[in-house]
Amino acid sequence: MTVLTQGHSVTEEARNRRFGPLYSRNARAVIGRGLMATKSSNWLVMLSGFFEPVLFLISMGVGMGAMVGTVQGPGGQEISYAAYIAPALLAVSAMNGAIYDSTWNVFFKMNFAKLYQGMLYTSLGPLDVAMGEIFLALLRGLLYATGFTAVMGLMGLITTPWALLMIPASVLIAFGFASFGMGITSFMKTFQQMDWINFIMLPMFLFSATFYPLSVYPQYIQWLIQAMPLWHGVELLRQISAGAFTPATAIHVGYYLVMIVLGLMLTTGRLRSLFLK
Amino acid sequence: MPELHSAEGTSKKPAPAKDARPTKDAGPSTNAVPAPPQYVITAKNLTKTYGDVTAVDGISFSVPVGEAFGLLGPNGAGKSTTMKMIGGVAQRTSGSLTIMGLDPEEHGPEVRAHLGVVPQQDNLDEELRVRDNLLVYGRYFGLPMSYLKPKADELLEFAQLTDKAKSKVDALSGGMKRRLTIARSLINEPRILLLDEPTTGLDPQARHILWDRLFRLKEQGVTLILTTHYMDEAEQLCDRLIVVDKGRIMAEGSPASLIRNYSTREVLELRFGSERNTSVGAELEGIGERLETLPDRVLIYTQDGEAALEEVSARGLRPLTSLVRRSSLEDVFLRLTGRSLID
Repeated sequence: MTVLTQGHSVTEEARNRRFGPLYSRNARAVIGRGLMATKSSNWLVMLSGFFEPVLFLISMGVGMGAMVGTVQGPGGQEISYAAYIAPALLAVSAMNGAIYDSTWNVFFKMNFAKLYQGMLYTSLGPLDVAMGEIFLALLRGLLYATGFTAVMGLMGLITTPWALLMIPASVLIAFGFASFGMGITSFMKTFQQMDWINFIMLPMFLFSATFYPLSVYPQYIQWLIQAMPLWHGVELLRQISAGAFTPATAIHVGYYLVMIVLGLMLTTGRLRSLFLK
Repeated sequence: MPELHSAEGTSKKPAPAKDARPTKDAGPSTNAVPAPPQYVITAKNLTKTYGDVTAVDGISFSVPVGEAFGLLGPNGAGKSTTMKMIGGVAQRTSGSLTIMGLDPEEHGPEVRAHLGVVPQQDNLDEELRVRDNLLVYGRYFGLPMSYLKPKADELLEFAQLTDKAKSKVDALSGGMKRRLTIARSLINEPRILLLDEPTTGLDPQARHILWDRLFRLKEQGVTLILTTHYMDEAEQLCDRLIVVDKGRIMAEGSPASLIRNYSTREVLELRFGSERNTSVGAELEGIGERLETLPDRVLIYTQDGEAALEEVSARGLRPLTSLVRRSSLEDVFLRLTGRSLID
């Protein structure tokens, strides 16, 4: 039986490449693995992630919205309370999806399934793994954002074609959180430490102008919230949903671009020190 | 012991490691070899420290193409750390290391393209089915599906897992998982296979199946690097091995030559009960060439075990049990370190 005597030419190609120790330009193999794993086991979890913001929108937007009535939208016009919070919930769902994928998922694969150890004993480098995992998180974010935007449309909350831009903007938000989340997870060793992530996420979700405008806070609280990433995501999507763009829109987008770059640097550096020590 | 290692002294003779104790037959080969042996792995003064702990303390060795090379030592001897450095997933503190002529720290992905790795603990992808584990792993090497599909089927057959192709990984037995891990490590047709404690935790039958598979790979020209703390495994599989303790090489050679150089032909094992074992030593003085007292038994190293046993009886000593056996690598290790391999 010839396991090794034939077909060497096929692997020659892989062998003769010259790459640095971090990256072998093969993140697609990590993505392929993720899709295959999702197909066989994870899709129920994915479905639940889609319903969460929808349920929030129905209970808060429709339920509480009946009491609140209309509020002032980003362009100054009167909009329903549901239309006010829907883009914010989309930003929250982009954050939650990306953070779940890049923290709990990564934490499990890193510490229990030993998946990354296996991957890094192949031609893959840490950057391939990081990029592949982040791409998967973004793909999931894209699906959620598309689904949620469709629900908004069905509920009559979309009034301008600009609102479709919420989908790529959600992916941008997810990218920022995913790239940072993975780096932060690499510092975590225990489940207790993982709970700290929720400790930051929950207040951010509740207070980032999600359900009411920032102006209710005293000035210094406003500054604190404006420094946090979710507020930029909420504002960005809210502006897009109404087609009301201001110079602040560019700041929000810029915030995420910087976050993505810093997050990728952190994640790759951490993967390197964790697995190539 | 079956003569599995009669090939010693042929053209594959490696240069002795600098800081290893030279063995009698480890000198330069006198055979008329046209070309010097081609080394796939060369380590010189390889050192790895973790904080204050020195896991690997300046070891040097070279492995020629196609050899089955073993690192024998107790847990914590530095074997796994050495394996990690070879795979480029641990950075050495000092010394030099080349794999197929490349430094694994600088050319990690490239070096690992030549390697198959069987880690100490199975890290199969539990979210994928058996055959998909092979396909996906092959993708990590950038290999195309047109190559991987027939290859995966071939390897499943090799690992005797063809009927489990669509099973979930966690439904496999320990031995099956191990074989799948080995099959997975072969997906890229590696020239070097790293096996870290390949049969730890397997029952005897599963071990023998696995050894058989490893023999076949060796026959096909794959260089095997394996760590083990099982002496029988080292004797079965290794052409040559280094005995490692506390990060240092204690001895180097073929299993047969190590036994010849560091032990006697036979060993007489006597058990006098836990109370008497330590005190009986003086009364056994002079029997055999050397005496080793362990908590549970006394070992007498001798060329003729039966004669030694008669001598013991003649002195009026009545052991609870007695056993005459051939010397093994366990005895070599005991001699070199004063400790057992498995503690």
